[in-house]
Amino acid sequence: MSQPREGGPQFARHRLAMALAVLSVVLVAAGLGAGSDGWSWPRWDAADAALIVGQIRAPRSLGAWLVGALLGLAGAIAQGLFRNPLADPYLLGSAAGASLAVVLVLAAGSLVGAVTVAGAGATSIVGAAGGLADGLARLGLVGASFVGALGGVMLTLAMARGAQHTARLLLAGVVVGVVLAALGDLVASAAPEALRERQSFLLGSTGFLDWTGVALLAAGLVISLPLAWRLARLLDALTLGEDTAVSLGLAAPRWRLLLVVVLSFATGLAVSQAGLIAFVGLVAPHLVRRFAPATNGYTVVASAAAGGVLLLAADVLARVLIAPQELPVGVVTAVLGGAYLLALLQRTRAA
Amino acid sequence: MRACFTPLPGWWFRSGSLALLLGVILSHASLAAPITLSDDRGREVVLPKPPQRIVSLLPSLTESICALGGCARLVGVDRHSNWPDAVRALPKVGTLEEASVEGVVALRPDVVLADRSERSVTRLESLGLAVLVFDTTRHDDVRRSLGVLASMLGDAGLATPVWAAIERDLNAATARIPAAVHGQRVYFEVDTAPYAAGESSFIGQTLQRLGLANAVPAALGPFPKLNPEFVVRLQPDVVMGAAESVKAMPRRPGWSAIHALRHGRSCGYPPAVYDLLVRPGPRLGEAAQRLADCVVRLPR
Repeated sequence: MSQPREGGPQFARHRLAMALAVLSVVLVAAGLGAGSDGWSWPRWDAADAALIVGQIRAPRSLGAWLVGALLGLAGAIAQGLFRNPLADPYLLGSAAGASLAVVLVLAAGSLVGAVTVAGAGATSIVGAAGGLADGLARLGLVGASFVGALGGVMLTLAMARGAQHTARLLLAGVVVGVVLAALGDLVASAAPEALRERQSFLLGSTGFLDWTGVALLAAGLVISLPLAWRLARLLDALTLGEDTAVSLGLAAPRWRLLLVVVLSFATGLAVSQAGLIAFVGLVAPHLVRRFAPATNGYTVVASAAAGGVLLLAADVLARVLIAPQELPVGVVTAVLGGAYLLALLQRTRAA
Repeated sequence: MRACFTPLPGWWFRSGSLALLLGVILSHASLAAPITLSDDRGREVVLPKPPQRIVSLLPSLTESICALGGCARLVGVDRHSNWPDAVRALPKVGTLEEASVEGVVALRPDVVLADRSERSVTRLESLGLAVLVFDTTRHDDVRRSLGVLASMLGDAGLATPVWAAIERDLNAATARIPAAVHGQRVYFEVDTAPYAAGESSFIGQTLQRLGLANAVPAALGPFPKLNPEFVVRLQPDVVMGAAESVKAMPRRPGWSAIHALRHGRSCGYPPAVYDLLVRPGPRLGEAAQRLADCVVRLPR
């Protein structure tokens, strides 16, 4: 192959891929150095360097990148599937489903806690109830939000009677989202103890990502990225219109369904580890298309990398800006992503 | 010049004696006199007489009213108010952040007590209700709000014994802290995000009063949201928080390396006690006693 011509679309794609790779490495390195006292490059002889860097900063940084990657991937699939630049990973009811599940677990936990206190006489009952509460907490929010996110999407699919019609799917997703969010509000108002933790789930957080989380996220990305890349051909066909896609034999409902499954799996996994982080899934594909217009195969993979870079950058900023205090990472992504989208809108209007 | 020596006209005497007469009447009927209170917004609120129907939108204010003997005058509370037991049966009119405007108005209160973050205040006032707004973040605030509430109930003297009891409990709790524990650095978590209680919060003030140090630097303010890594690096001598959170702490990345958690130097408080600890109200003294209960039992 000859060297890609400078200024050509292929050159732009190579350049973006290189930039994202370099940024990822630089940001992970920054993530190892960004801590509770601002920038502190670890002194490797210090006894606690292994703990602080190895057990806290490394999984947190890698985890943030992976969560962002899954959201970027899901965002690119959603925007391709719905041929709508406003689509984001939370569109099909996954966000509302996850937050409803989280509230249910929190409310159940406080209920069991109350029973434990009330029945302080009978030790065996206390032990069992305590064990149940502990088990719920352990499976806890991670499992619940994953199941909730998938549940929300399944409800949407059921209401839209499958994934044949994207418009119906979109509408069902919005309705399911509103209804599940309202149910979540209802449960939260019945069990006010759940409100605080629900709030921090809604804002999103990368602070408690550990190696188990990183392993799960990495496994999820390894499964969903190749699938998405393979299925991107369908997205390309869809850009020509549904009828054309059908005539090309590429719009079989089961392929579309599989795309929805990959989308919700990636979203559910990201949400279960870090809560509802705003804007990354929406902005990452825009960023990629802005710098390197390409077919969906490239866009999906590059969006994953862009999402990872975005969220990790936001996480590092959240850590260092007011260290040792922290900004909620979801707020940083919303500000960064929102500012970028506004700038993009300005530029589009000027053009 | 002559005008200077003009004898005072007759109307002066008449009006003067009238004022005197009025004063005598008023002093004998002080209960009927309007009460002017200034709340923490610096706003003057005039009540025609001590209110008989009170709505409280903050648990600590509910507790203060009851501690001052005004429990029977409460007609509605926010949904988090749960102490003393008498208030559990009262109508609930909303959450901490947002009261149900209609619910409050329907109770026809003479006065509404609210926190500064309460969003319904403007609406309630525009509907003609008297609203007193309080800041309750420090010990002084508790003392001041007790004073204002006592005047509101019609007897400013009511606040003195309540505050004296708080002081007595604070002193008793302080006396119970073993000398060996003095100066130990405490990390008190108020939210799993994690938010800590800093030195300038009322919880921090109580810890200081007990002779304990705060692991979180004072410069970070009353309730800073910390980088979780920071807590690991702080290596607090004692960790405190809600029982559920303290139990889950060792599972947070890196937190199992916190010596205090590893050696059981932690205080996890069950919900009822935790409520008591995080409310800046008349049970401040009791809160200090509960803190001391745990501190004296900590392994050395």
